[in-house]
Amino acid sequence: MSVILILIICSLLVSTGFLIAFFWSVNNGQYDDDISPAVRILIDDEIEDIDSTNKNK
Amino acid sequence: MLKSTTTTKTVCYHCGEFCEEETILVDDKQFCCTGCKLVYEILKENNLCTYYSFEGTPGKSKKNEAIGHRYAYLDTESIAEKLIIFKNKNSTHVRFHIPKMHCSSCIWLLEHLSRLDKGVLQNQVNFIQKELFIVFDPKITSLRKLVELLDRIGYEPELNLEQIQQKIKKKKSKIRIYKIGLAGFAFGNIMLLSFPEYFSGGVYNGEDFRKIFGFLNLFLAIPVFFFSANEFMINAWKGIQQKTINIDVPIAIGIIAMFLRSSFEIISGTGAGFFDSMTGLVFFMLLGRNFQDKTYDWLSFDRDYKSYFPISVTRIKNSKSEEPVTVSDLKINDRLRIHHLEIIPADSLLVEDYASIDYSFVTGESNPVNCLKGERIYAGGKLIGSTAEVIVQREVSQSYLTQLWNRSNDKGISISYFQKISAAISKWFVIITLTIATASAIYWYSLDINKSINAFTSVLVIACACALALSAPFTFGNMLRILGKKGIYLKSAFVIERLADVHTIVFDKTGTLTESNNVAITYKGNEIPDEHLDAIESIAACSSHPLSKLLAKHLHSNKKCLKVNYILEHPGKGIEGDIKNHHYSLGSYDFIVGINHEKKDKQKHTSIFIKIDECTIGYFQFNNQYRHGLKSTIEKLQKDNYKTAIITGDHEGEKMILENIFSSTSEIKFNQSPQNKLDYIKHLQKHGDKILMVGDGLNDAGALMQSNIGLTISQDINNFSPACDGIVLNDQFNNLPALLSFAKSGIRIVIISFIISIAYNVIGLYFAIQGTLSPVIAAILMPISTSSLVLYTVIASSLKARKLGLS
Repeated sequence: MSVILILIICSLLVSTGFLIAFFWSVNNGQYDDDISPAVRILIDDEIEDIDSTNKNK
Repeated sequence: MLKSTTTTKTVCYHCGEFCEEETILVDDKQFCCTGCKLVYEILKENNLCTYYSFEGTPGKSKKNEAIGHRYAYLDTESIAEKLIIFKNKNSTHVRFHIPKMHCSSCIWLLEHLSRLDKGVLQNQVNFIQKELFIVFDPKITSLRKLVELLDRIGYEPELNLEQIQQKIKKKKSKIRIYKIGLAGFAFGNIMLLSFPEYFSGGVYNGEDFRKIFGFLNLFLAIPVFFFSANEFMINAWKGIQQKTINIDVPIAIGIIAMFLRSSFEIISGTGAGFFDSMTGLVFFMLLGRNFQDKTYDWLSFDRDYKSYFPISVTRIKNSKSEEPVTVSDLKINDRLRIHHLEIIPADSLLVEDYASIDYSFVTGESNPVNCLKGERIYAGGKLIGSTAEVIVQREVSQSYLTQLWNRSNDKGISISYFQKISAAISKWFVIITLTIATASAIYWYSLDINKSINAFTSVLVIACACALALSAPFTFGNMLRILGKKGIYLKSAFVIERLADVHTIVFDKTGTLTESNNVAITYKGNEIPDEHLDAIESIAACSSHPLSKLLAKHLHSNKKCLKVNYILEHPGKGIEGDIKNHHYSLGSYDFIVGINHEKKDKQKHTSIFIKIDECTIGYFQFNNQYRHGLKSTIEKLQKDNYKTAIITGDHEGEKMILENIFSSTSEIKFNQSPQNKLDYIKHLQKHGDKILMVGDGLNDAGALMQSNIGLTISQDINNFSPACDGIVLNDQFNNLPALLSFAKSGIRIVIISFIISIAYNVIGLYFAIQGTLSPVIAAILMPISTSSLVLYTVIASSLKARKLGLS
């Protein structure tokens, strides 16, 4: 019986952790804009630098 | 760089529009105008051509835009300060609203601003809000330089008076999201902890578990009851204080009954309570409300004149020097210099000899008005052509345009139709459930007091107005989503309810029934030989007047432009020039024929008169083009038994055409002032008509506000539109009949889902009245009823939309 109790308390603690993480991410503005981060990650800067005439070399 | 005219239609590399007047070739790429070419060149110089690789023709046309020193005011400290969020020695933070942001290329370019301006330290795009956040070094660059840079590359920030007056935009409340998160968390955990209860049938191995799980449930449900569910309680209380029973009253009663009974059961150790059902209900109802509250953050439905006015104008000081000044600081007798395409901020007197002013926004009249020295010009007009000096006659807050707004705003907030209906339903709902609850309590009272209390609370628990709370939000929320995808943006879910109730549709003409950028030009008079036509085209092309440009486009031939020997433009009157020994004059009736002649008849239409070598040979007449399919749209509406009417500020020139389209049953009113329009709507409403007003400009603002539903037709959703209940994209005009019948079927779907939920309630009540409602039955009924309702409403509304061609 005590094992089940410990497990339940653990599971509640873990899920509370996720709840707090959810609150934090909402507050942090992670859901404010769901389009530009998705685009931003695909943007590659490196290609540009190779194309440009030996600026960095 | 080559300049050539081509016969085939080419598409601009930058903006994707057809190159109609001329094509400019640079690096084998075609551009429709110098504006687009300039943007390309700026980007190419800075190795930013990746811009074009994300999406084809990502730019927006740079045609028809003012250039010059119009951002000079941003150098003035006091004005700049109002835009800046944060400032210290090394960095300044500023946030711009950029309506033209629309694709991934935009994001890429706007986040690489630092390559175009070394002073940009950091910048980030918020695509949903269409905002650009910039941190820059004030020692290297300035606010003005940044704004000018953005403008140059085609992303003009929106700067207006409204922003200045309320710089700190109210942050969208995230509390609802927290509430949903908390309710969902509690719902899931309570469900899990309740499983032993469901399956054991009430028989546990150890009583300890039951107690511990019960208290854990109570512990989890407390924050849901006090935080997540508080908006239902607050709204219900507010309603009761105003002596109305709104939709939240039965919900609040149900939740309170569930909470109290469950707490009592757990503390006294007599049962497991209904916390799973309670938290689940709160979770679903909050979800539904969130779904319904779908808003278009980047659209403004409630803009007022302030967002139309520029931030500042150029004031001429006595010593002939100029200074930028905020519009709200303008005083009577200030001398202003207004540039091409600038908006006149206050009613003023014209000092210049001549000015051409476009009042299309205020009066709906599509053609510019010519004003002479000493004439009064009204705020809201847009100057076209050369700069003009004016003297302010009235303060901004007193001007004609501003008063138009205030007049239409004093209508006050009336109770929406939805509130009335839901109040009526809620009232009956509360009465019926309370009656059943009391009746069953009285019945059991003589037999068993415990069972009596049990039955009373059970009825309240099971009858919790879940259908009321869920069906409308999910149906209308889904409909808003579908319509939004199509290009019809409604302000709120309540608009759909009111749309279903409309009997009469009143249209504005200019910009609503006609297409604002499509003009039909017809020639009347003696036939013009081809060589003369070419000459007329060449001369018209030299003028900057919008009508001349339209004419040049209309006459556009494939031949090369003729050489013009002599050209003289009379601003606001016409243009004259010599080509191959002929003298041509183009212009208004007054300019070509003379003021003294009888002209009343021909003034009904906008026209350009042509004179070749002292001989007036005829005139080109400009007619507004009516929308494609207008006639069939109107016929469909009339077939669906809608009454139609037209009110327009225009002259009677097109009476015949309109009567042909609208048939004789429709009322058509010409020469209506904005006040007339408002009065007309009021007049119709007095006879009990529910009115849908479809308009486009500020001249309709009063009528749009007064009508039961005001829809604005807009070319570009980012353009200014007056306060309204919905914005309809230009090309969606012909979907108006579909929209109306969609709204009607939306109501039908809600009513059917009410019937479904009543069926569930009857089953639940069967148990509740007997006082045998166990948590298990509640836990089975609740998810089945909610999920089947939600599924039904969403699927039914989506299917209907497909049938009507809206999705």
